[in-house]
Amino acid sequence: MAGVADPHQYLAAKQRWAPIEVAFWLAMLLPFVLVPTYLPLASQIAITAIFAVSLDLILGYAGLVSLGHAAYFGLGAYTAGLIAKAGWGEPFSGLLIGGAAAGLFGHLTGYIVVRVRHLALIMITLGIGLLLYEVANRASWLTGGNDGLQGVAMWPLFGSFDFDLYGYTAYAYSLAVLFAVVLAARRLVHSPFGLSLRAIRENERRMPAIGAPSRARLRTIYTIAATIAGIGGALLAQTTQFVSLGALSFERSAELIVILVIGGTGRLYGGVVGAIVYMVARDRLSGMNPQYWYFWIGLMLIGVVLFLPNGILGGLATLLPRRSRAS
Amino acid sequence: MIAPAVGVLFDGFAYGMLLFLLSVGLSVTLGMMNFVNLAHGSFAMVGAYVAVSLMGLGWPFFATLPCAFLVAGVISVGFERTLFRRVYRASDLQQVLLTIGLAFISVAAAAWFYGTMQQPVRLPVYLRTYATFMGINFSIYRLFLIAVALAVTGLLVGALDYTRFGAQVRAAVDNQRMAQGLGVDVDTVFAITFALGSGLAGLGGALAIEIVGLDPNFTFTYLIYVLIVVAVGGLGSIRGSLLAAILLGVSDAAGKYYVPTLGAFLIYLVMVSLLLWRPSGLFGRR
Repeated sequence: MAGVADPHQYLAAKQRWAPIEVAFWLAMLLPFVLVPTYLPLASQIAITAIFAVSLDLILGYAGLVSLGHAAYFGLGAYTAGLIAKAGWGEPFSGLLIGGAAAGLFGHLTGYIVVRVRHLALIMITLGIGLLLYEVANRASWLTGGNDGLQGVAMWPLFGSFDFDLYGYTAYAYSLAVLFAVVLAARRLVHSPFGLSLRAIRENERRMPAIGAPSRARLRTIYTIAATIAGIGGALLAQTTQFVSLGALSFERSAELIVILVIGGTGRLYGGVVGAIVYMVARDRLSGMNPQYWYFWIGLMLIGVVLFLPNGILGGLATLLPRRSRAS
Repeated sequence: MIAPAVGVLFDGFAYGMLLFLLSVGLSVTLGMMNFVNLAHGSFAMVGAYVAVSLMGLGWPFFATLPCAFLVAGVISVGFERTLFRRVYRASDLQQVLLTIGLAFISVAAAAWFYGTMQQPVRLPVYLRTYATFMGINFSIYRLFLIAVALAVTGLLVGALDYTRFGAQVRAAVDNQRMAQGLGVDVDTVFAITFALGSGLAGLGGALAIEIVGLDPNFTFTYLIYVLIVVAVGGLGSIRGSLLAAILLGVSDAAGKYYVPTLGAFLIYLVMVSLLLWRPSGLFGRR
């Protein structure tokens, strides 16, 4: 980045597509031909990646540590699921409505979240997540409570592609949404707004002094991240045609942080890479008792903090020459 | 009408005392080093499993309590010296991740060694009875719990206010760098405080089995309550933790008794509103 004097040139240079990015997206199509039996897992990975990208926007770029991001994911999932259950099974509009509901809740809670820092921030985001979980748990007449939301019936995508058992439609749909989300996030973080977010992360007090209102910008990105999380949740509800309380749980929020950190925070593709590594590892190790799976997550976390503080992508970036950085 | 209310108050107070024991150590270490230790619940669990194992070997209940304290303290200081100190200067996120990773491992380890079922605890008979006063039954065990917690509080406040070590701890909580500059060995003070705090969590864990049971998920179930107490009470404040713990215990018991449909909803709502009103807690200084 040194040597580029003009900020517009710098941002424009960042926006150019690197060959490795193109190769990455082409590789994402491989599951269709290589492992067609694993397509349901592949769409789970794409959904988790969407969720992780949304957390990366607030955690990696804006520096807001959230332990309750599943609130927006779950809200999107329940909204999309309930709409479909009520008789409107059109997937694409359901997706947008799910995202909008989560975004609205994100906007409202954003006013609270951006006011606090450190432990209070962790506790307030955790509290919002737990509150929503309790609401969904208590309102079992609406959400099905512990049994989950059943009877989500989806119409064919664009009127012609049914959600089949093998997951062809589900993966194509999820992958397309993931691509759109990454595209939007890419545009966002390489814009002047995205740059100001990183500056707020580095020094929140200085930014208002040079004309960027920190709290307003943090609220904006929090709303955007909540919307994307809601879209991810809606996608999960539509592709699995089921919503469980787990979509809102603290475990899901904690797991998401693990995924993002393993991939690398503040790197756009960190969440995607983390989702692939984590979900595949979990699938391979799922024969074990889930209690022992926790052992491996714990070990991974400690290892990442001590030896790979910037995640897998950060580790790769230090190994490879600078210009091939994938962010 | 009065009797159930007194009973709820009593149960809630006892529960609050338990939460205080579990969380006071975290509050002090967080206030001193700004170190977010989400593995604190694991040390409580260590204490609980030590007590269960020793009782399994035939030890009397009372003899297991000091052991729970000691083992949890020693194990915690081992981790503090080797692992935690590497991330004191790192970001919140790194600390949260490292310690939550350790908490995950402790859950898996507990499941590996003890299985996932609830652990039985056999209390001495005289602790399992009730004292009746003005027509209301008071559990002897809860009275005992309150007595222990009050004794610990008294000792802590006394030690913190009137001993040289306590003055060093207070200085380090107020301003770590200044204390260092004045010749306080903050590193050692912190290690000792950490061991004491985790030991108290271990003691709390051992005392908690009778009331809340013990299985490998203990760590995470109580982690959330402990964090609420610490965040609401204010970092580094013993009085704040005590007040927050009692508040939480009583509102939890009252909520469960009077509005069972709301469940834990009420507690989270109270926490979020309190933190919005005072982000650094009731007695927090920062």
